[in-house]
Amino acid sequence: MTALADGARAGRLVARDLTLGYGDRVVVEHLDLDVVDRGITAVIGPNGCGKSTLLRALGRLLRPQGGEVLLDGRRIDRLPTREVARTLGMLPQTPVAPEGLTVADLVARGRHPHQAWFRQWSRDDEAVVAEAMTWTGVLDLADRPVDALSGGQRQRAWIAMALAQGTDLLLLDEPTTHLDLAHAVDVLDLVDQLHHDRGRTVVMVLHDLSLAARYADHLVAMRDGRIVAQGPPREVITPELLSEVFGLSAAVLPDPVSDGVLVVPIGTRHSRWAATPSGGAP
Amino acid sequence: MSAATVAPGVPGRRAVRVGPVSAVWRPRAVLVPAVLAVVALLLAAVDVGRGDYPIGVLDVLRIVLGGGGQADRFVVVELRLPRALTALLVGAALGMSGAILQSVARNPLASPDLLGITAGASVGAVALIVLGGGVLGGALALVGLPLAALLGGLLTATAMYLLAWRRGVDGFRLVLVGIALAALLTSSTSYLLIVADITQAAQATVWLTGSLNGRGWEHVVPVLLAVGGSALLALTGGATLSALRLGEDSARALGVRLQAGQAALLAIAVLLASVAVAAAGPLAFVALIAPQVALRLVRSAGPPVFAGGLVGAVLVVGGDVVARTVLPVELPVGIVTAAVGAPYLLSLLARRTRRLDA
Repeated sequence: MTALADGARAGRLVARDLTLGYGDRVVVEHLDLDVVDRGITAVIGPNGCGKSTLLRALGRLLRPQGGEVLLDGRRIDRLPTREVARTLGMLPQTPVAPEGLTVADLVARGRHPHQAWFRQWSRDDEAVVAEAMTWTGVLDLADRPVDALSGGQRQRAWIAMALAQGTDLLLLDEPTTHLDLAHAVDVLDLVDQLHHDRGRTVVMVLHDLSLAARYADHLVAMRDGRIVAQGPPREVITPELLSEVFGLSAAVLPDPVSDGVLVVPIGTRHSRWAATPSGGAP
Repeated sequence: MSAATVAPGVPGRRAVRVGPVSAVWRPRAVLVPAVLAVVALLLAAVDVGRGDYPIGVLDVLRIVLGGGGQADRFVVVELRLPRALTALLVGAALGMSGAILQSVARNPLASPDLLGITAGASVGAVALIVLGGGVLGGALALVGLPLAALLGGLLTATAMYLLAWRRGVDGFRLVLVGIALAALLTSSTSYLLIVADITQAAQATVWLTGSLNGRGWEHVVPVLLAVGGSALLALTGGATLSALRLGEDSARALGVRLQAGQAALLAIAVLLASVAVAAAGPLAFVALIAPQVALRLVRSAGPPVFAGGLVGAVLVVGGDVVARTVLPVELPVGIVTAAVGAPYLLSLLARRTRRLDA
């Protein structure tokens, strides 16, 4: 692995010539991606562009029809899945906990790849779970059933579970779906801290472009199963790209509270900008 | 438990640790099975005491533990104990089978009866009774019936798995496919009964109702092996089952080998159900109710396997006691379990529908 690291700065998680699909339907074709180590990568794109499919393949939930996903230089589908689970965590889109499962029990399931049938609650397990719960602010909810929580609390509980897994890499499929803006920001702040304080590598699929631009340091824009553009948000998010990728006519403004950018959709009737076809920042 | 707990603890998850072994202390998960086990054994003692020559519960216990006269010993150990043990073990096998299936399918309707596994095992056994040419006795009954039932159950489960498989086992699909298969298999059984000669058809019909009558040690042994072996496997596979209850994607993300894990658990559930069916016939609804009752008693997230088995044991032994005492005519136990189970299924369906409406 050290030999590889010296090579062409291959990241820990890499997709090579990836072709993905379900049965006859090909969703992603010949895609290459180097996930930036210790960065936050956000994958954006219109519905059905293959971003969730890509994330599932990166998390070995979907077997590629062609190409390969490499984790630390080795094919992820040839590694023991338990071993992968100690390095790579993945939170699927809107997971559902069984009725009556408490928050503490949910978070503790994150320790599964580290446990044996006779070792279900070691001191390590307990310390890591307590820390993950403290960190995500769900320790006070420990005894509450997951299905009785609000959307924001529930998402924090699931993130705590993924954290308890103790992996260096974390894949999040639309972690802010069904959350109002305040809770979405809350969850993304958590992800940001993870990356900033703990040096975790995060790849997430996001719908909200302004939030993606704010929180990611690397954006991957997809359309029709291909990567159209990638790089720092300020370079990727342009009126031209939004038009090309989303068919969205929007203005891109400097974000007044960060170094990022804001996406302001123009729409058809309400905007003074409607006359100028390309939009663009003032 | 209180503010004095040493940090960093996780509320609600007190540890039990002995050397390398560690677990979470859950009082209900220990106390409920303990109480159920006592109740099941007492009911079994009552069951053994019933008959033309009644024996008191305490006498039964004394005799089983080695006391009593030779005549009493013969009546209890040789004649009646196998029946009670068969009831206990068949109930346990059905309860465990249901708990495993309901956990894997993440659906409380998934039970060997509704999924057609029991029906498949029945076809196997009835085919042997009917087509076996009336020589059902001795070695054929001892080995043949369990094997034929197991074969029928396994074939059904394989067909179901292949038909319901679509990038994973979807619980709802599994139930729908199972219901269709069950209908198909039940009509096959009816066909076999029609073509059979009258004595064999009668024999098969009594068996199909689910009866514990005339069960001997030869019926106890296969179920004992299946229940014992499966209990061990369920113990080691418990964590996988817990992870599977989070859904397929989450389970795989946690490092569960999904296909292998699901297939192994389904195979265990099918084995348990088939062996139980071979020993006592398709006792209706036990595998459906027992896990759900256990779930409510233990208050766990997902049907508990051990407690489910014990509730199943209580149901079948209790059902046998009722079948032999409450009514003037001795009924096959399957009629009692059906009488309890059918209303329960209706209430379960009514509650599910209401929740979907809400």
